[in-house]
Amino acid sequence: MAVVCVHGPLRGLAGGRAELEVDGGTVHELLRGLEDLHPSVVGWILDERGVIRQHINVFVNGERGGEETSVCAADRVEVLPAITGGAC
Amino acid sequence: MTELLLGTKKGLFALEGEPGTSFDVRCRAFAGEPIDFAMRDRASGRVIATSTSPFYGPKIWFADDPAGEWRQAEGVALPEGGEHALERIWVIVAGEGGSLYAGGDPGVLFESRDGGATWELNRPLWEHRVDEDWQPGGGGLCLHSIVPWPGEPDRLAIAVSAAGVWVTEDHGETWRRSNRGIRPRYLPDDAPEDTFQLCVHRMERAARDPQRMFIQFHGGVYRSDDAGESWMEIGAGLPSDFGFPVALDPSDPDSAYVIPLQGDYDRVTPGGTVRVYETRDAGATWSPRGDGLPEREAYLTVLRRAFDQAGEGEALQLYFGATSGEVFGSGDAGASWFSVASRLAPVYSVTAAA
Repeated sequence: MAVVCVHGPLRGLAGGRAELEVDGGTVHELLRGLEDLHPSVVGWILDERGVIRQHINVFVNGERGGEETSVCAADRVEVLPAITGGAC
Repeated sequence: MTELLLGTKKGLFALEGEPGTSFDVRCRAFAGEPIDFAMRDRASGRVIATSTSPFYGPKIWFADDPAGEWRQAEGVALPEGGEHALERIWVIVAGEGGSLYAGGDPGVLFESRDGGATWELNRPLWEHRVDEDWQPGGGGLCLHSIVPWPGEPDRLAIAVSAAGVWVTEDHGETWRRSNRGIRPRYLPDDAPEDTFQLCVHRMERAARDPQRMFIQFHGGVYRSDDAGESWMEIGAGLPSDFGFPVALDPSDPDSAYVIPLQGDYDRVTPGGTVRVYETRDAGATWSPRGDGLPEREAYLTVLRRAFDQAGEGEALQLYFGATSGEVFGSGDAGASWFSVASRLAPVYSVTAAA
């Protein structure tokens, strides 16, 4: 299982946990798996199209990834708000 | 005591006060989050707010007390796997029969039958949206006005920028356009007469004459005397017929208030003077109402949902907020005005309850 790290309000939606072990072969599968584990997350990271929201960044082992990026067991996947989303 | 709920770029502000004096900020919720709209549902007593997080997308929230615990509503999403994503919820309106309606971008309508806790997309209108070429305005493809009819829970009119007015008479099972008489100046003269690329900015219905409606259009103020079947232009006499909101006195079907802006090329109060314009003869004449409002060097922008009323008649209360963060009010139907609050965040919406 990969480890998904969430921050900010996502942490509360994910049961208060900062790191969660989730099954999946791609970032998209992993995020859907996270939604299955914690349905409150639905709509917060992926939109209705299954696309990662514009101002959310996902990193796989420190490298920027997208929905189709492959993940392996023990990979570390960080879900972070982007700097561009908080414009004044 | 009057309660004002202000949706702002930096959170929800709940204000309380008496007309004629500055109001107290009772609480600020969703600090830092853009709140597009907030209202108190008279039926449930709940406060319902809509947010568009730049990170996490649009949501609807509800609470018994704006200073208390907020819960996220369910069902506020478009069908999964399609080509579209929900962008923003612009407005929530209480309908007949206990329903609440929410309108948003991209041209969507939701209904809640449980006081705002869960919502369901109106799919027949959504099918129109998907199948037809609806064009967004500058603020997106926003469904911003929802008009129910007293005693007719199956009848509803909505307005979309820029897809015009739509009416249902069977509780949203079928919809038809209702734009006869609206003449957009931003389309060529030989544009089809039945075009529905119509940038309605806000639509309201008179409380005591269900046939009487008003529209502030993208250039033009319109009136309908037949429940929206046809529209006539009534903006002559205004310094500018461009603006966003319109408010009505519930006691007088011939009344309307608008806040003219210079034009679509310069969306500020004309000449640096803030004036609300009032008609009491259904748009035949308009009178400026500015006693107490800034008279010089005030270039305000008042957005479409940032003007509301409470009460009626001589005690009609009017409130509007500007993107400058200032809020003004009147407790005497616009005869005089006072500063409700200043130096808040840019105001997106105002709702009032007395």
